[in-house]
Amino acid sequence: MPEAILATARRVLGMVGAVRIALFVTCLADTLFPQAGRATVELLERLGHEVEFPAGQTCCGQMHVNTGYQRQALPLIRRYVETFARCDVIVVPSGSCTGSIRHQHAMVARRLGDERLARRAQEVAAKTYELSELLTDVLGTEDVGAFYPHRVTYHPTCHSLRMIRVGDRPLRLLRNVAGIDLVELPAADTCCGFGGTFAVKNADVSTAMLADKMRNVLATGAEVCTAGDSSCLMHIGGGLSRLRAGTRTVHLAEILAATREHS
Amino acid sequence: MSSAFGKIPAAPPGVGHLRAAEPFPAAARRALTDAQLRRNLGKATATIRAKRATVVAELPDWEELREAGRAIKARTLAHLDRYLCQLESEFTARGGTVHWARDAAEANRIVTGLVTAAGADEVVKVKSILTDEIGLNDALAAAGISAVETDLAELIVQLGHDRPSHILVPAIHRNRAEIRKIFLREMGDVDPGLTDDPPALAEAARLHLRRKFLSAKVGISGANFAVAQTGTLCVVESEGNGRMCLTLPETLITVMGIEKVVPAWDDLGVFLQLLPRSATGERMNPYTSMWTGVTPGDGPQQVHLVLVDNGRTAALADEAGRPALACIRCSACMNVCPVYERVGGHAYGSVYPGPIGAVLSPLLTGVQENASLPYASSLCGACYDVCPVKIDIPSILVHLRARHVEEARDGSRLPDPEAVAMAAAAYVMASPARYAAAQRGGRLGRLLGRQGAIRRLPPPLAGWTSARDAPVPPGQTFRQWWQREHKGPGAGRGVR
Repeated sequence: MPEAILATARRVLGMVGAVRIALFVTCLADTLFPQAGRATVELLERLGHEVEFPAGQTCCGQMHVNTGYQRQALPLIRRYVETFARCDVIVVPSGSCTGSIRHQHAMVARRLGDERLARRAQEVAAKTYELSELLTDVLGTEDVGAFYPHRVTYHPTCHSLRMIRVGDRPLRLLRNVAGIDLVELPAADTCCGFGGTFAVKNADVSTAMLADKMRNVLATGAEVCTAGDSSCLMHIGGGLSRLRAGTRTVHLAEILAATREHS
Repeated sequence: MSSAFGKIPAAPPGVGHLRAAEPFPAAARRALTDAQLRRNLGKATATIRAKRATVVAELPDWEELREAGRAIKARTLAHLDRYLCQLESEFTARGGTVHWARDAAEANRIVTGLVTAAGADEVVKVKSILTDEIGLNDALAAAGISAVETDLAELIVQLGHDRPSHILVPAIHRNRAEIRKIFLREMGDVDPGLTDDPPALAEAARLHLRRKFLSAKVGISGANFAVAQTGTLCVVESEGNGRMCLTLPETLITVMGIEKVVPAWDDLGVFLQLLPRSATGERMNPYTSMWTGVTPGDGPQQVHLVLVDNGRTAALADEAGRPALACIRCSACMNVCPVYERVGGHAYGSVYPGPIGAVLSPLLTGVQENASLPYASSLCGACYDVCPVKIDIPSILVHLRARHVEEARDGSRLPDPEAVAMAAAAYVMASPARYAAAQRGGRLGRLLGRQGAIRRLPPPLAGWTSARDAPVPPGQTFRQWWQREHKGPGAGRGVR
């Protein structure tokens, strides 16, 4: 069967089995990069699914955990678990926050002696998916019918790559975007130097790592550097902006949400 | 958790090289300005990384090997007392003598006493990180005994009055032109026409060391492994210098951390596959020496083993940190670490640099005495992926950060500004109403931005804008957009 028919079939199947998806937008996207959250909603609705935004959500607590403030993170973890416990499928437009939910929530709860919360956190984490995981594994689509006529390079963020192991899912989605000129990023799997509060506590080392990442991004000649995490993009984009380098950072969701009508 | 075992002593200060003289960010800032260092490190780590990746990819059962290595070490650490006692009795039964040292000072005292008793004023040494950890060479020098490092890179470091910057490639921060200069300056018996051709540099070191090997009465080594079942010690090296030190002197003293014991001979089959591929990117190690007690008329006739704690039982007591004691010192984590690659080993201020050093040093000394090291990582996870015994270094870093914050809080009445900010952020984030209000307040940040970017932020965020623009808060948050588009929070929009 030709690829186009396969893709259509998958889209039809996707519509038949419409899924109600709860969005955990993340505090960073909510506050500073709402376009990543809006794109996630538009994309999923275009694919025929229902999106809800549980209003009780705030932050996954990763910044607190990774900076040593586990006790302070505990109420945030409890809030995530209580807000999303009733949902069937949860999507997060961030590999890093997904990683924290999956690998840190239960660990922190257990370390602080709340075994019941740890068990509930594990249950909710099992229903939580990063965007590219949701699209490929749950919704079974690799062609979302996007159109994005730009030269793009993809940075596989550390937590997407090594914490939740999204593998090449984002690249499979990007390769199916019409009009895209996808170019490989040299030394793609090396950290950009963000690392949360690392970027401030060790600003010099962080900047040195960013310098090498930017050198590789600029070597591709891409107009757009994309990734599945607004945090890493804020870092890379902040460096490129300071240098007036002429390359933008755009969240993966925004590319997948773009259609011919947008352009 | 450590608090349950609060009485267990960490490695005491004053002796050895486990503590940084200055915080990591300050040392790193200085290292980053050294262009020669950046180039030397970038080139060397890229070469070793590529070699490792090639030989690891050859093995279809690499993941099973890693798991076997992890499991053996976990089991050993869980029953460390039993295996150490077995090692002691087997080693003693075969003619060796075992000594126990609680800390660096005690270990140094024991070794110095043994060398003095053997009537030697010079010893030859096999590369050993532990003897560097406890500052043995300084202790020997204070007793009038000169220690000669016989590993080529350790010799370069010693002659350069320098410190190792990598556990496997101690002179990784030096290039061959720098090494030639050190040899010409420091090696009394060197050919003045020495070039910086690597074989010529190696030959100069060989000639220099050969005289030392043939005259030494005492050899000192570390140990990569000790087999409890048979009392066998094992040293893994690449140059043959180790074999000289282990066989020629009359007295052999091995100084070993208590975590190096493995239960059985067969366990070496796992580690001798994992170690060379992870360390030097070789399929098999060039010189693997094993000795079991004394063989009459052949090799050293006085064989000693000094078992050193120096903070290891304190690390053992920290359940979340304990897996760090499984480290087999391959250095694969350093070679893949983007932080190490840019700053080098000296910035960590301990004989254990890189990702494993950032966890091991604070575990041995107590986290308050190496407080900046657990933060010397972006938590990118590359170290965990390559670790041959599957030490989850990022998780241990996160755990040690929590220990640092909790112990600092318990030890002080006044919280620091970071703790206040973190508590405030958590208070805000714990309630959607407070959170939304804070978002509205954050939009004041729009006043700072020009042309879509903020060029300068006040402390503590000034470090961000020293080299990076910050995003201007958008006109409406996602939450506000959702409320406008989807008729109130919590609502979903039907399938179209």
